[in-house]
Amino acid sequence: MTKFTGSDNYVATDDLQLAVNAAVTLQRPLLIKGEPGTGKTMLAEEVAAAMGKQLLSWHIKSTTKAQQGLYEYDAVSRLRDSQLGDDKVHDIKNYIKPGKLWEAFTSDEQVVLLIDEIDKADIEFPNDLLVELDKMQFSVYETGETITAKQRPIIIITSNNEKELPDAFLRRCFFHYIRFPDKKTMQAIIQVHFPNLKKDLLNAALETFFEVRDIPGLKKRPSTSELIDWIKLLVADDIPLETLRNKSIKEAIPPLYGALLKNEQDVEMLQKLAFMMRREA
Amino acid sequence: MLIDFFYTLKKAGLPVTVKELLTLLEALDKQVVFASIDDFYLLSRLCMVKDEQHFDRFDQAFGHYFHNLEMVQGLEEFLIPHDWLNPEWVNNLTDEEKAQIEALGGFDKLMETLKKRLEEQQGKHQGGNKWIGTGGTSPFGHGGYNPEGVRIGGPGRHQRATKVWEKRQFKNLSDEVEIGTRSIKMALRHLRQFARTGAAEELDLDDTIRSTAKNAGLLDLKMRPEKHNAVKLLMFFDVGGSMDYHIEQVEQLFSAARSEFKHLEYYYFHNCVYEHLWRDNSRRWDQPLNTYDVLNTYGEDYRVIFVGDAAMSPYELTHAGGSVEHMNQEAGLIWLQRLLDKWPKHAWLNPIRQDYWDYTHSTQILKKVVDGRMYPMTLSGIEAMAKSLSA
Repeated sequence: MTKFTGSDNYVATDDLQLAVNAAVTLQRPLLIKGEPGTGKTMLAEEVAAAMGKQLLSWHIKSTTKAQQGLYEYDAVSRLRDSQLGDDKVHDIKNYIKPGKLWEAFTSDEQVVLLIDEIDKADIEFPNDLLVELDKMQFSVYETGETITAKQRPIIIITSNNEKELPDAFLRRCFFHYIRFPDKKTMQAIIQVHFPNLKKDLLNAALETFFEVRDIPGLKKRPSTSELIDWIKLLVADDIPLETLRNKSIKEAIPPLYGALLKNEQDVEMLQKLAFMMRREA
Repeated sequence: MLIDFFYTLKKAGLPVTVKELLTLLEALDKQVVFASIDDFYLLSRLCMVKDEQHFDRFDQAFGHYFHNLEMVQGLEEFLIPHDWLNPEWVNNLTDEEKAQIEALGGFDKLMETLKKRLEEQQGKHQGGNKWIGTGGTSPFGHGGYNPEGVRIGGPGRHQRATKVWEKRQFKNLSDEVEIGTRSIKMALRHLRQFARTGAAEELDLDDTIRSTAKNAGLLDLKMRPEKHNAVKLLMFFDVGGSMDYHIEQVEQLFSAARSEFKHLEYYYFHNCVYEHLWRDNSRRWDQPLNTYDVLNTYGEDYRVIFVGDAAMSPYELTHAGGSVEHMNQEAGLIWLQRLLDKWPKHAWLNPIRQDYWDYTHSTQILKKVVDGRMYPMTLSGIEAMAKSLSA
């Protein structure tokens, strides 16, 4: 079995690698939590790519029901077809639409199944999937057949912590919390995205970034994905290193700050702070 | 195998079950990790902990289990949840109480008593004069008044190389006792009542079949609106003065309520409701709203929550002209009664600890006025309030 060790465009810390490998070996779902923008969803893509497996994504919304992951019975089109005298109507199977779990279970090769943002759904959602994830099988009420997994898929579940997940569900998962990367990891992440970035520019940008993150009371602290966007802009605009270095946050707001701060109250706060610093100086 | 480890975790208050232990053993059996304590740390954390709030406790318990030989202090001290000792409580003891503080004897005796207390004590404690916690006059904990006290918590005393679990990186994720917005939302959820409102987007199967049958079998689709939370909520917040100590809690409650209820209206008052309320706290003097207008604006189906510490001079409630801020023509209680009569489904949330209520005369009066429906601003209090309001 291939071990997951990160990839060319994804930096996985040791604990994350261990989490993925343990989940793959023991065939348990892996629940990933962490600050927004720390690469939770990307992890599933990278695991699939690194292991050469197909990725099935099931994005959860507030209206998603657990049943939709298994299958949906389209009663309305069957009713309509019956009126039009379509022959299809005699076989109920024509109206059963397999969901993502069904697809994952019946795939010929093992797949990676991403259940994205499970906390968006109703509180009961995870509970409704307990048996299905445990036994990796479910029965189709309308036709009486039982769908059993040919291979147990690698299941990666992400959560943004908007709702507490039920204990029974948690007991069946491995849990990993992606911490906000420290400076060293962050450097590695940026090297992966911008291999040609000058080292001093990177250092200056990182310093400014962590300074902005440390401002107490920000409504939305910038995360990794915002940092990467910001550096992209810095490179595209060819901002000279001196601007970045001289205009550390203590004197003025950083250039192109719009990429880092997504909330006008935060921008206002930063401006106020910069103004106060300047007055003191 | 690893049974002691399992019980150490359990004793540290981690919600571990046998299932998790079996998973860990299975992982070891399949040699996911081999002969490295660092990897074992990561693996056991992966298997045993299901919430980042518990990482910090796990780190401590893990450290204890694997280093207990070097450990100078006992497990008990290590397992005091750090937030028992946060100096958030403003110490406002009376002189009389201060006078009661007497030293308990020499250092040895203090430590001995501390050990004994730790065994007896079950929960977080603030104030009071015996248990370990913040504020208060017990000689243990910090932020208190006992001059001979033992400080618990604070910089580490072990001078040796730190392991990952000793860095305690997850300390600030641990918010067990404190109520966060998320848990308030869950508690407020008891106050949900679903009703169908808005655009018709859901297929109404029963109605469709009925009208299709009526339509001589020709399909006639019927849609209906989706279910939404239809509870209407009106909140009155006490601001200023003694409420300043509770701002953080109240803010959390407010933001939780705001995201949970579609129909949420709120007004501010100071100490007690009088003839004026206001909407924007910074402009309370130039934009006061007539309380009668508020009374007439919202229907009886609104649920009303007062949020305040109910601590004031009794005259502010009982006498005309008793307000500390202005000359009120009618007593506070009269105004309050008007509001309560208009909205029979009401409750009072009090951020002060419940066992202190009896010491304030005004709190007792108000508790009686709201018919005992005064709840402490803890998770269980909010839950109980939500249940009583939805009844």
